[in-house]
Amino acid sequence: MHELGIVFYIIRDVKQVAEENSVKHVSKVVMNIGEVSTVVPEYLTDCWRWAADKEDLLRGCELEVQTIGAVSFCEDCKTEFGTVAHGKTCPCCGSGKTYLLRGNEVEIKEIEIKEE
Amino acid sequence: MDKVKVIEIKKSVFEDNNREADGLRAELKSRGVFLLNLMSSPGSGKTTTLISLINRLKGKLRIAVMEADIDSDVDAVKIKESTGIESIQLHTGGMCHLDAGMTRQGLDNLPLDGFDLVILENVGNLVCPAEFDTGSCTNAMILSVPEGDDKPLKYPLMFSVCDTVIVNKTDVLPYFTFDLDRCRKNVLARNPKAEIFPVCALSGEGIDALAEHILKMVKDWKEN
Ligand SMILES: Nc1nc2c(ncn2[C@@H]2O[C@H](COP(=O)(O)OP(=O)(O)OP(=O)(O)O)[C@@H](O)[C@H]2O)c(=O)[nH]1
Ligand SMILES: [Mg+2]
Ligand SMILES: [Zn+2]
Repeated sequence: MHELGIVFYIIRDVKQVAEENSVKHVSKVVMNIGEVSTVVPEYLTDCWRWAADKEDLLRGCELEVQTIGAVSFCEDCKTEFGTVAHGKTCPCCGSGKTYLLRGNEVEIKEIEIKEE
Repeated sequence: MDKVKVIEIKKSVFEDNNREADGLRAELKSRGVFLLNLMSSPGSGKTTTLISLINRLKGKLRIAVMEADIDSDVDAVKIKESTGIESIQLHTGGMCHLDAGMTRQGLDNLPLDGFDLVILENVGNLVCPAEFDTGSCTNAMILSVPEGDDKPLKYPLMFSVCDTVIVNKTDVLPYFTFDLDRCRKNVLARNPKAEIFPVCALSGEGIDALAEHILKMVKDWKEN
């Protein structure tokens, strides 16, 4: 359940941005979560609800998770392929010299504020 | 309808912790205190291994242990009783891992300048602790024989962040399909720099080599 620890990090970062922009209430936080980041979106939103509602700044604030598909690159044949389907082995040439291009993100993308 | 204002952030949530961890590492360096972060699944033998290890090292290094536990202080008491060295308990407040901030708070409770080596027994878990840099100078992990030699394949991040892998409970090898060579191969596929130490914490077999390795790491780090 490292999702709870991550939620505390999100809250810390959002609080700081809110303060810098004199924001009193945030209505939505949008996250970019990579497919192979080991973060489980359902756990993240559950932990978020519990922790965010304790803060005036974030009461009722929605956490939206946008998933980023994992893509790897083969150094030998320069092909991009889906990491989840093929793992570390290139499906085109069978090489193991591959690395992750994206899909490991645990990133705050943006926040939304409703203005009257 | 309400107008919605969007503020773009685009920031990794681990960024601040990574920065704090780097700060802590620099401070430990300037004070000459080597921090070793020990991770594993629950029950793989962290506390047993530490006791055996500390009893071999305590004449050569001034050692303290920080035990991270979700709630109890069983391990801290056991370490103190079995080795006589300073050991403190950190409560993680329900969290499954330690981060740099929590590690620093723990270190604040130790008279740091009196120690050469501080060992952090992290929370038993192969996923979460690997995500959070504690500020340690090195990471070690214990894989026990009953868990299986395929663990490096299933928990790649944990094995890629650990330069020391201790294979514990070698006394039960005859009862499991665990293959030491296959394990070694799986570990090195995740981290080619990893050094692997088969031990039996209960009998003390293999602990001398591990103690030598740790002594050398501390010495090299102090000299560089
Ligand atoms: N057979 C065998 N049992 C061992 C060995 N080392 C530890 N154990 C046993 O494994 C159990 C767990 O050991 P601990 O040292 O408490 O494990 P731990 O990793 O500190 O456990 P947590 O802190 O709860 O995660 C105990 O019953 C130990 O006696 C070993 O080398 N061989
Ligand atoms: Mg223990
Ligand atoms: Zn290829």
